[in-house]
Amino acid sequence: MTPNEFIRCHEQEWGQLEALVAARFKYRTDNLKKDGSLSPEQAMDPAAFPSLYRRVCLHLALARERHYPPALIDRLDRLALSGHQVFYGTRSLLRIGQFIVHDFPALIREHGRLFWFSSALLYLPGLIMGLLVYFRPEMVYSLLDYFSVLHLEEMYRTGGAIEIETGSGRVADENFKMFGYYIKNNISIGFQCFASGILFGLGTLFFLIFNGLVFGAVSAHLIHQGSTENFFQFVIAHGAFELTAIVLCGMAGLLLGRALLSPGRKRRKEALIDAARPAVQIVYGATAMLLIAAFIEAFWSSGAYLPVTGKFIVGGLLWALVAAYFFFMGARRES
Amino acid sequence: MLDTIRTIETPEGVSIRLRLAGPVPRALAWLTDFLIFAFAWLVTGIFLGSSGDFGFGIWLIIAFLLTWFYPVLFEVYAQGATPGKKMLGLVVLQDDGVPVGWSASMVRNLLRTVDFLPLFYAFGLCSMFLNRDFKRLGDIVAKTIVVHRDKPRLAQKLPQANALPLPVWLSSSEQQLIVAFADRVPRLTPDRAQELAQILDPASGHGTRATLRGDVDSLLGYARHIVGER
Repeated sequence: MTPNEFIRCHEQEWGQLEALVAARFKYRTDNLKKDGSLSPEQAMDPAAFPSLYRRVCLHLALARERHYPPALIDRLDRLALSGHQVFYGTRSLLRIGQFIVHDFPALIREHGRLFWFSSALLYLPGLIMGLLVYFRPEMVYSLLDYFSVLHLEEMYRTGGAIEIETGSGRVADENFKMFGYYIKNNISIGFQCFASGILFGLGTLFFLIFNGLVFGAVSAHLIHQGSTENFFQFVIAHGAFELTAIVLCGMAGLLLGRALLSPGRKRRKEALIDAARPAVQIVYGATAMLLIAAFIEAFWSSGAYLPVTGKFIVGGLLWALVAAYFFFMGARRES
Repeated sequence: MLDTIRTIETPEGVSIRLRLAGPVPRALAWLTDFLIFAFAWLVTGIFLGSSGDFGFGIWLIIAFLLTWFYPVLFEVYAQGATPGKKMLGLVVLQDDGVPVGWSASMVRNLLRTVDFLPLFYAFGLCSMFLNRDFKRLGDIVAKTIVVHRDKPRLAQKLPQANALPLPVWLSSSEQQLIVAFADRVPRLTPDRAQELAQILDPASGHGTRATLRGDVDSLLGYARHIVGER
């Protein structure tokens, strides 16, 4: 069979497949307009796709085997590739409901030990630094410079920027500005905490420990200054989501780091690729939690919708909610 | 075969060729994206910055989305290419040649922060040089590759000429040679084409088959005859 006969025999099928691929990717091909013999319905019948695609694969193999002109092989190669992409490329569906109700908490429990390890990396340095600063207040300057400390004191002192009082609290616009700020800042930190885990876990280690140290130092310093109540009623509610989410991002980063450090029976590269799948799922969940945290921090934490006791109760309930979510959600389907 | 061509085999048993993109076009694509990013960032900043705290909040959120999700959204919803990649004809694919999904795109773009370290994608560049497929760290973990979308397009039709029957019997590989030559003629200068064709010319003394005519037009005619024109 000469190349021209080959083209004549099969050109119509190729045109059909091109049209179907174009319909899937929503771009127009010249063939669709040029080829008058092809009715649009005929071209768009998706049920014909699999058999057409397999035919084109066959034609490509034949064309190669018979050493047809390079241009023809090239055309078929191109067509087979786009057919392959349509046929095997799955549209990734984010099953959000399923993820929230079951997959996410189940995933965290599955890697429970890593979660506690990550928590320890955040809270233990925080605790130690807190104790140090509490008993030797000048230690706070080993971590924060003079102006940051001054700024903190100013923010949380009675009548300061975070003063929680009806009427003189932050106005709605400013709340929104802070919402944007928390989103940009906190989620970026979360992402970096995850990504730097690929440096054998060292980057994640740094982010967790450093954030723990700062948090411990700030808390202890403010307790020492006598702003305990102001500070804790501000942080308790969103802390439930924010601190947990940072721990989760750390956990995702540690998954990558662990895959490199102890790949088990796999090659390091494969271990890393396998670890990335659960890790990115954890990052999705953590991102959602950081969004919630940013919302609470901007619109609730600084408001005076409840008396101080009320805010502590709500904060406590949120902590309980987060804990209950990770301990109990999605447990049923695991057995 | 060139080492930047990667062959993937489909379940149908045919192999498809992809042309991997090296560091230079990818860096240029990144630069283009960065300029677009900076422009969008500035423009929204000018408009929103002047509209009080609320606008500033929106701007911060936009900045966040631009930083982290600009590449992801384009890769997932615009056939694997950010505007910069599109300009340079690049596309991100999974290792097996199918378009990237959410998770793969998220992984490769989150790990961008590490590839960027310590300065201007130094880690990413090292990784690309050490990797057979020019993968930066994010590509390794996400199992993605960056390839040239458009192969150099060969003309689908051989140049015009009247089909000329072959005067002698030629083996299949010799016939291919003539067709391949005809395919290349439009991309050669006329002089060079003639020079190559002359190799066949008996008068030049190189020709082994004295009956084939060694000029461009005749060769095009032979080629047309071989591909089936009469």
